[in-house]
Amino acid sequence: MEPIRRIVARTVVLPQRDVDTDQIIPARYLKTTERTGLGQALFADWRYDKDGKPRPEFPLNQPEAQGAGVLVAGANFGCGSSREHAPWALRDFGFRAVVSSSIADIFRSNALKNGLVPVVLDAEAHQKLLASPGAQVTIDLETRTLAADGLTAPFPLDPFARHCLMNGIDELGFLVSQSRAIDAWEEAACAR
Amino acid sequence: MKARTLFEKVWDAHVVEPETAETPAVLYVDLHLVHEVTSPQAFDVLRERKLRVRRPERTIATMDHSIPTTPGSKRFAIADPQAAAQLRRLEENCAEFGIELHALGTEGQGIVHIIGPELGLTQPGRTIVCGDSHTSTHGAFGALAFGVGTSEVGHVLATQCVLQRKARTLEVRVDGQLRPGVTAKDLILAVIARIGVGGGTGHVLEYTGSAVRALSMEQRMTVCNMSIEAGARAGMIAPDDTTFEYLAKTPRAPKGAAWDRALASWRALPSDAGAAYHRAVAIDGSAEPMITYGTNPGMALPLGGRVPDPAAIPDAAARASLEKALRYMDLRPGQPLLGQEINVVFIGSCTNSRIEDLRGAASVLRGRKVAKGVRVLVVPGSRRVKHAAEAEGLDRVFSDAGAEWREPGCSMCIAMNGDQLEPGQYAVSTSNRNFEGRQGKGGRTFLASPLTAAAAAVAGRIADPRELAR
Repeated sequence: MEPIRRIVARTVVLPQRDVDTDQIIPARYLKTTERTGLGQALFADWRYDKDGKPRPEFPLNQPEAQGAGVLVAGANFGCGSSREHAPWALRDFGFRAVVSSSIADIFRSNALKNGLVPVVLDAEAHQKLLASPGAQVTIDLETRTLAADGLTAPFPLDPFARHCLMNGIDELGFLVSQSRAIDAWEEAACAR
Repeated sequence: MKARTLFEKVWDAHVVEPETAETPAVLYVDLHLVHEVTSPQAFDVLRERKLRVRRPERTIATMDHSIPTTPGSKRFAIADPQAAAQLRRLEENCAEFGIELHALGTEGQGIVHIIGPELGLTQPGRTIVCGDSHTSTHGAFGALAFGVGTSEVGHVLATQCVLQRKARTLEVRVDGQLRPGVTAKDLILAVIARIGVGGGTGHVLEYTGSAVRALSMEQRMTVCNMSIEAGARAGMIAPDDTTFEYLAKTPRAPKGAAWDRALASWRALPSDAGAAYHRAVAIDGSAEPMITYGTNPGMALPLGGRVPDPAAIPDAAARASLEKALRYMDLRPGQPLLGQEINVVFIGSCTNSRIEDLRGAASVLRGRKVAKGVRVLVVPGSRRVKHAAEAEGLDRVFSDAGAEWREPGCSMCIAMNGDQLEPGQYAVSTSNRNFEGRQGKGGRTFLASPLTAAAAAVAGRIADPRELAR
């Protein structure tokens, strides 16, 4: 994975709360056996009308959304299904971070494994970003802060997740390096 | 020794490396359940990195999400080429890595969360994961069971471990007695309505109290299944004699002296007196039958209730969310839900497709007819459930009533196999998610119990099953 130290990008705002992963990518797109090319299915049922034409009013279809790298969404983003296709689709579309006041557990875990930074802000900072679509933001993993015009807000990030993101390390490598401890645990469990 | 909760006991027993400020815990996984949708990319990673499956004997696979449930559907006679390719990949991956697979058409096949318990692989004190959020189901046995993404499926295949931060605990206490016509589904819908769809985030729920103790294993599975709909990492219920009696009848539970040893360890699992939870909430067990009206499982009401008015909600985000939901559902504030016309009834899913659920639905449908113009799908959770139902003649009850008796699978719960609503249709569904488009693009879902779903099938509209009871 590419190391990520700092993300500088414009935002797109999706103000709804409780956006579930069925909206992020509907289940009919889960018949793929690949991880790539899912950006076109991102928010498919909100983005396109029944004839497959983009709905102009949907935030991702507006001209200023082109090239945006940070999705600012309502509370409890990514609830529902565990499908990792959700962060795959967001990454493929071009998002590098998701900002909310709360992010669902499994989605957050999946996001971290795909270089999509989950940024949870306090309610006040979250409100400011919701109110300013297209804002230029800087997300700094070193300082764990998000900065925008007139706003600097800290966000929590697990030290291990941060280490992995900043060094481009994936967790599988770390787990494989624990083989001896796992062997020992299994032996002890057998003896119990 | 410090008093510990059920969750803490299971957690402590599986820590390979404890968590520190810098690193999460390495947690050992006793049982890994695999299905076709969330596994192919994980097996690819194993091949890319030249890794083996560390414990194939702790891994078990089935086909459930993308398979047809058309009566009599044959193995790989699958119209959708993408689904067929996905199923073939699972078969190839299981053969290559030595994993037991319950393929379409075989006796052990079924929804992943139905077959684990019925085989007796879901046992108290175990850690269980699956690339599926409804893995929380298995917590009904006092297991610590949670859904993971595909990357973590790869982690578990390769190392039999996951990296986890220890969750917080939330005790959900339900005292009282469920009244006739009220089921575990109604109970869990009431819980989610109370704590909210994000209310359990970061927590493992433990359901306690007299109403929970009185539930059968099947009902406990319904409750734990929907823990994820409150955002919880997992849901658990302490094992007791109900649990042990269920397990004793399963093929892969320990036998003989091994059973006695297991039983002794299982009896030590319930939370100690005085063990502390991070949070606690109490729910009245004398709930009414519940039904959802909106586009997440927290938007639920007693069956006799009226659709809430967004204008009465002070919080702007909550108001906007309700307005959007009512627009999607095409429902008016103040409208009663009883009497709302419906087009489809779906009885199935990992929430409500076990034999007791089918018995409940059949008790309402026996000797009655499905309302004209209503399509009713009854989809057993597994082939074993299907055969058990047929042995009791439940299939005839459904067929005689005019319902479709189908092959086992996830079917219209996730609607990726062709079983789906048409745009604008209303369904009463025993599944777990009423998200926009979940049961088919543009489809509208009311989540309810098997009793309420069957009552709707007969009435052609949302109806109270207690009025049909005899």
